[in-house]
Amino acid sequence: MTRAFAIEIDQLEFGWKPRQTLLRVERFELAAGERLFLVGPSGSGKSSLLSVIAGIAPASAGDICILDQDMGALSPARRDAFRADNLGVIFQLFNLVPYLTPLENVLLPCRFSPQRRKLAMANGSLGDEGRRLLMALGLDGDVVSRPSTELSVGQQQRVAAARALIGSPGLIIADEPTSALDADSRDNFIQLLQKECEAANSALLFVSHDQALGAFFDRRVDLSEINTAGRVSA
Amino acid sequence: MNGAIFNLALKSLGNRLFTVGLTVLAIAMSVTLFLAVDKIRTGARTSFSTTISGTDLIVGARSGSINLLLYSVFRIGDPTGAMSWESYERIAGAPGVEWAVPISLGDSHRGYRVVGTNNDYFERYRYGRDLPLAFRAGEAFGANEEGVVIGAQVASDLGYEIGKEISLSHGIGEVSFADHDEHPMLVTGILRPTGTPVDRSVHVTLEAIERIHDDVVEEDGHDEEHAYEPEQITAVFIGMEQPTLVLRLQRQVNTYPDEALSAIIPGVALMQLWEVVGAGEAAFGAISAFVILVGLISIATSLSASLNERRREMAILRAVGARPGHVFVLLVSEATAIAAAGAIAGIVLINLLFVLIAGGVQSRYGLTLASGGLSLTDMLTGVVVITSGTMMGILPARRALKNALADGLTVKL
Repeated sequence: MTRAFAIEIDQLEFGWKPRQTLLRVERFELAAGERLFLVGPSGSGKSSLLSVIAGIAPASAGDICILDQDMGALSPARRDAFRADNLGVIFQLFNLVPYLTPLENVLLPCRFSPQRRKLAMANGSLGDEGRRLLMALGLDGDVVSRPSTELSVGQQQRVAAARALIGSPGLIIADEPTSALDADSRDNFIQLLQKECEAANSALLFVSHDQALGAFFDRRVDLSEINTAGRVSA
Repeated sequence: MNGAIFNLALKSLGNRLFTVGLTVLAIAMSVTLFLAVDKIRTGARTSFSTTISGTDLIVGARSGSINLLLYSVFRIGDPTGAMSWESYERIAGAPGVEWAVPISLGDSHRGYRVVGTNNDYFERYRYGRDLPLAFRAGEAFGANEEGVVIGAQVASDLGYEIGKEISLSHGIGEVSFADHDEHPMLVTGILRPTGTPVDRSVHVTLEAIERIHDDVVEEDGHDEEHAYEPEQITAVFIGMEQPTLVLRLQRQVNTYPDEALSAIIPGVALMQLWEVVGAGEAAFGAISAFVILVGLISIATSLSASLNERRREMAILRAVGARPGHVFVLLVSEATAIAAAGAIAGIVLINLLFVLIAGGVQSRYGLTLASGGLSLTDMLTGVVVITSGTMMGILPARRALKNALADGLTVKL
């Protein structure tokens, strides 16, 4: 499976309401397996961009291809299925479904995607793969069976990372995943996340307003530079 | 996939056990109330309609037919008046009358109604499907004027055996101010249980009744020789040789010139009773159905109230690939689960409750409550509650769906 791009955006326009343009991106690329730091201060159109990439909202104009799939060609239901199969998402905060254990949270994508379920079970049982990922991200045995609500923020973010990584999706979106972490666990988290993305051959789109984190990445892009929507109307 | 969603729904409910539990309780209570009303209604109808059979006419002092039926057969309320012994003899001797059993009411023994009658009563009275009265011990009065025949419930409640001496009191009530110890009576027979008011009756001779009233009304001469025939009685149970003669005799009695009398056909009077009671039953039924509706609305209330704090949860589910439809199904599943838990708990509760109280209700009110597992109404009610509960989930589910579509990938909290 050789793909050229994890994300390929061409002349994209987007707004939540008709005739509203919050986002206008001429060209944006993320190569397959590449790990990119996207600087996205609030108001830069970050939420819009991530919603379009995740296929939760359709583009108003232009093309967006995720893992060589033209998102505009898919029905909303097919986009949902595509997201289940190919995307892992880590939020800034409150990543876990409170009534599921950490391990159940990790395995959640496998409930919606038979493909990721199959991939996750390539080397054994689903539970084993989930525990392996949690371990790799620095969470040991007894944490996985504790109620999710009792985990520290740092532990919650690691569980979220494991959930994003399970079943080796082609693209991981991390939306400010470290903003609630202290410096040490932040650096450690980013390094582990990068390592696991590399192991799973997943591309990583890491979004943050914190320029300092750019040092951990090969390439960085500033969203306020590529999003021309604000400038034209101003 | 939907199995996985239902599994999520159960876990989500388990996480909110307290509020969900309260909603389930509300529904369980409303279902219990509804089924209780229905079961008592059914039980009452069955009990009433099996209390008397084989009696073609009941004659008493002029009154409404329901009233006459209630006091003569069901021992509910007080007799409106008396009829003379002469009238009784005239009716008993009318052409076509096979048998006529006089009864005299208005007295009590330790809270149990006393029925003055004669030995024929035990031969002629029929209940259920033409079942005769049977003696568990002893026999009818025979020639013994002081003889007493007690119903099964009286015997077991008061612990009376054959040969027990008892005294009667004038009037009706648990506590009596005029016991008549000077004329002790003797228990000569104990009847088998019938599930009718007979079980809670104390049967004595008409002579004994006359004597109580002599005592109260005229103190003098009560030890004189007793008139073999009482002056008056309360009602007469009549059996006809041919059913075709019933209506003619009824008309004759109702137009009897010498005394104001009423003759009723028990089955017809019972139908009239149901017509009267039916309106009340319908009102109770409607009220309890509305209580269920309130319980069901509480499903929509509790789910809607939880939606805001669950927006993040919905965003996570969307992010891992849940379709908006999944979010919808999740909420509706939760409503179904709450309704099902409430309905099942309510049905179990009412059946347990009735098993526990059936004995007490039978002995105290003579009402046979249907017991023994699920009734068709139980199951129908369960199905209707679960179905409408599921529909109650649609409202919050639609809101969750709208939120999920509007929120996109990131929720700002």
